[in-house]
Amino acid sequence: MELTVYDKYEAVIGLEVHAQLLTKSKIYSADSTEYGASPNTQISAITLAMPGTLPKLNNEVIDMAIKVGLALNCKITEVNEFARKHYFYADLPKGYQITQDKTPICTQGHIEIEVAGKKNNIGITRIHMEEDAGKNNHELDPFFSLVDLNRAGMPLIEIVSEPDIRSSDEAYSYLTELRKLLRYLDVCDGNMEEGSMRCDANISVRLKGSTTFGTRVEVKNMNSIRNVKRAIDGEFKRQIDLIESGQEVLQQTRGFNPADGSTAALRSKELANDYRYFPEPDLPPVIVKQKRVDSVKSLMPPLPSELVEKFTSELELSAYDAGVLTDEKDIALYYLDLISKTKNYKAAANWIMGEVKSYLNQNAIEIKDFILTPNHIFSIIELVDKGIVSSSGAKRLFEAMIEQPTVSASDLAAQLNLVQNSDTDQLKSWAEAALQKYPEKVLEYQGGKKGILGLFMGEVMKISGGQADPKSTNKILQELLNS
Amino acid sequence: MAFYRTLSALQGDLFSGKTTCKQVVQDYLDNIDRNKSINAFIEVFKDSALARAEELDGQLINRQPQGKLFGLVIGIKDNIVYKSHLSTSSSKILTGHRSIYSATVIDRLIAEGAIIIGRLNCDEFAMGSSNETSYYGPVRNPHNQEYVPGGSSGGSAAAVAADLCMASLGSDTGGSIRQPAAFCGIIGLKPTYGRVSRYGLMAYGSSFDQIGPMAHSVEDIARIMEVIAGADDYDATSSSVKVEKYSERLQEKSTYKIAYYKEAIENSNIHPDIRSAAMKLVEDLKSQGCVVEPVSLKELDYIVPTYYVLSTAEASSNFSRYDGVRYGYRAEDAGDLDSTYKKSRSEGFGKEVQRRIMSGTFVLSAGYYDAYYSKAQKVRRIIADKTNEVLSSYDFILCPTTPTPPYKLGSHQGDPIAMYLGDIFTVQANLVGVPGISIPVGKTEEGLPIGMQFMTAKFQEGKLLSFCNQILKG
Repeated sequence: MELTVYDKYEAVIGLEVHAQLLTKSKIYSADSTEYGASPNTQISAITLAMPGTLPKLNNEVIDMAIKVGLALNCKITEVNEFARKHYFYADLPKGYQITQDKTPICTQGHIEIEVAGKKNNIGITRIHMEEDAGKNNHELDPFFSLVDLNRAGMPLIEIVSEPDIRSSDEAYSYLTELRKLLRYLDVCDGNMEEGSMRCDANISVRLKGSTTFGTRVEVKNMNSIRNVKRAIDGEFKRQIDLIESGQEVLQQTRGFNPADGSTAALRSKELANDYRYFPEPDLPPVIVKQKRVDSVKSLMPPLPSELVEKFTSELELSAYDAGVLTDEKDIALYYLDLISKTKNYKAAANWIMGEVKSYLNQNAIEIKDFILTPNHIFSIIELVDKGIVSSSGAKRLFEAMIEQPTVSASDLAAQLNLVQNSDTDQLKSWAEAALQKYPEKVLEYQGGKKGILGLFMGEVMKISGGQADPKSTNKILQELLNS
Repeated sequence: MAFYRTLSALQGDLFSGKTTCKQVVQDYLDNIDRNKSINAFIEVFKDSALARAEELDGQLINRQPQGKLFGLVIGIKDNIVYKSHLSTSSSKILTGHRSIYSATVIDRLIAEGAIIIGRLNCDEFAMGSSNETSYYGPVRNPHNQEYVPGGSSGGSAAAVAADLCMASLGSDTGGSIRQPAAFCGIIGLKPTYGRVSRYGLMAYGSSFDQIGPMAHSVEDIARIMEVIAGADDYDATSSSVKVEKYSERLQEKSTYKIAYYKEAIENSNIHPDIRSAAMKLVEDLKSQGCVVEPVSLKELDYIVPTYYVLSTAEASSNFSRYDGVRYGYRAEDAGDLDSTYKKSRSEGFGKEVQRRIMSGTFVLSAGYYDAYYSKAQKVRRIIADKTNEVLSSYDFILCPTTPTPPYKLGSHQGDPIAMYLGDIFTVQANLVGVPGISIPVGKTEEGLPIGMQFMTAKFQEGKLLSFCNQILKG
């Protein structure tokens, strides 16, 4: 492949991810966080920044932030101060955001990503807690801008990566892994389209082999992981084109345009706000003792990496199977539930990755809405393992079960004539019938063409209407032919 | 007309049927009318106070008076919010602002049978020491109306002094309860930081602000404190330390160890009448068996600058919410968001408030933060350590509440620094977070009140009040 000018460069990328936490109430007030309420219905005096109000910290936020920190291998900060970040905007009622500045609750973590089979650790600089702003709307009314403050005060954590990311593919994997973790931990729904997870990318380029950083550009407004990748690709090229044509990359904030994948300048550094951070005097520092960290840890669900380890080493599944089964938390939980009932781990994995997943895909439903429980699947596996139903019969049974989930697997198998017959006398009479039908073939077999056995098997199945237990039939046929 | 000077005297007459709440409220309403020139009230809640009085009288008829403060007629500083009532901090920028909730202290007062008679004038957003920065005009000192009543709780002090209500609530960020109490000859307590919930107090300097009572008697101060003090879920800085039954300790008699600052009392810049009042108090206390010793505070000169750096920094942040968007004054001719902010704030805030917003913004700005804000934080810590050290070996620190007696209206205008230096003795308690009280100890030759201040260790209000009661009862 021919090398282009772009191949001389590498991207240096750091990502800032805002994740809206799934708490019941806001971070500094008791207002509901429920999504989709009518504008300005979840706004108490505190959210409105009425004169005299004070923030009231929601402790759930601390525990959720600790969870994420632990999952990302971070150090948890003991003395957590809050800080005020000042700027004027109509969606920011207090004129400042209560956030954390010098003492983020989590620091020095990392997350493992994988691109084209190559694994890599991306550093996590910090995670801090803060409040969201409201939403401005400039379209609904022809004369006025409208402000909805329902979102103001929603709890956020901001997860800041080290500038360790070198390509848009790595960024894609980072965000996918991070979102998976947030969902596993039940702290964020990870929905970028609805804005409950948002990502800003800091991008610079440099010649490969260089150890200094280029001028950094921040890109905002990407509403999907795919668009983050597109924005990075576009920005990478734009910066190289500038440098190659002898121009300068300006330090600025740019907005992403999803229509064509381009970015456009929002503001330059000279116009940047002086946020005048200082410690929030209304909230005493929150002291997080090791005991609290331990108790949060003890309540954490298993993480995908831990499950992959368990599935591959304890259950002896392939790395591929383990990956598929842990990709979504609910699938993994379904599998865990299933293998608490059966020791046939491989069959359980095959059922979920095969029939179950394809049914979910075809019908576009989530596993949590799937009508069959792990118990159902277990009952099918059990019938197969006992030789009562054949594997092809099991697939028919699965389909029938979806229609009649309240009927037991064995009753359903009987109804559908899927119960294999292993009664020796019955099998023997079917086998004899099959052999009588092809006397010349019997001779050929006895003459050494052992492959013909399959023909007799097929005939037995035909006569028995699929009920003959293949293992026993095979044995009986051989006995008859060899006698 | 005689007015009640203690709640127990009033309650005695109420319970024995000699008077009614309605009568008492009416007497105060009449007196307010007669003393409009003092300009203590921005608004008198005439109808709701009378209705409330009737409601309480109903409880009397049924012989079931409810509440520790039953019948107390109290005024509130205009920076403490009361649901469905206007609340402006004496600022144009909160013109027409009606609160949608009540401050914790208001809820607690009402739950204990108090009658809120109106909202009291003060310096705009509690920024001032003479009550001359109010959008609603200055308050006048009842002892001589050509003089200032002090500030920022000037209306709260003047109203009590002039018998326009029995007691009042003020707020104290750097002396705003104690200094006007001294100027008006009444008692004012700034509690320990965190003792009284700040929820519903419009913030000025969040790490300094405290609401406190102002009254004629230590007993009333104690009884109001028993009601308003204590932990509040809505104020994370409020303390869960148990609230003492202050009023039950008032009869305690004891001899104490008292420190005074040599620099503060034996200083020629202090008004001679105040100096001699202080000396006399020192001698009196000694003769009563107290140990009274001079201590020195090298950092005295740093107290006022430290206070102004930090309090204005916090104020510049706290006042960001007054932006003309959601409530209060909005400039009518503003075209867009930026000009809404600029015009509303330029037109809505008075000069002194703008001065402090700008100072505070400056000390928090990139490049200046370390030189001012950070340094002031460190000095605050040093002053706190030194003060707490003194208070670990002495029960109280004594010093005049103010270096000068009340001055004439308008005499300090145009010299903010001179005005700020008047806070020299009061801001220490706010920087350190300890309680401070001002009690009246006499008058100047011109007949203007003189106040003395006692500070004590955190949460020692019980001891402080019983000691002050001992002094005032002779």
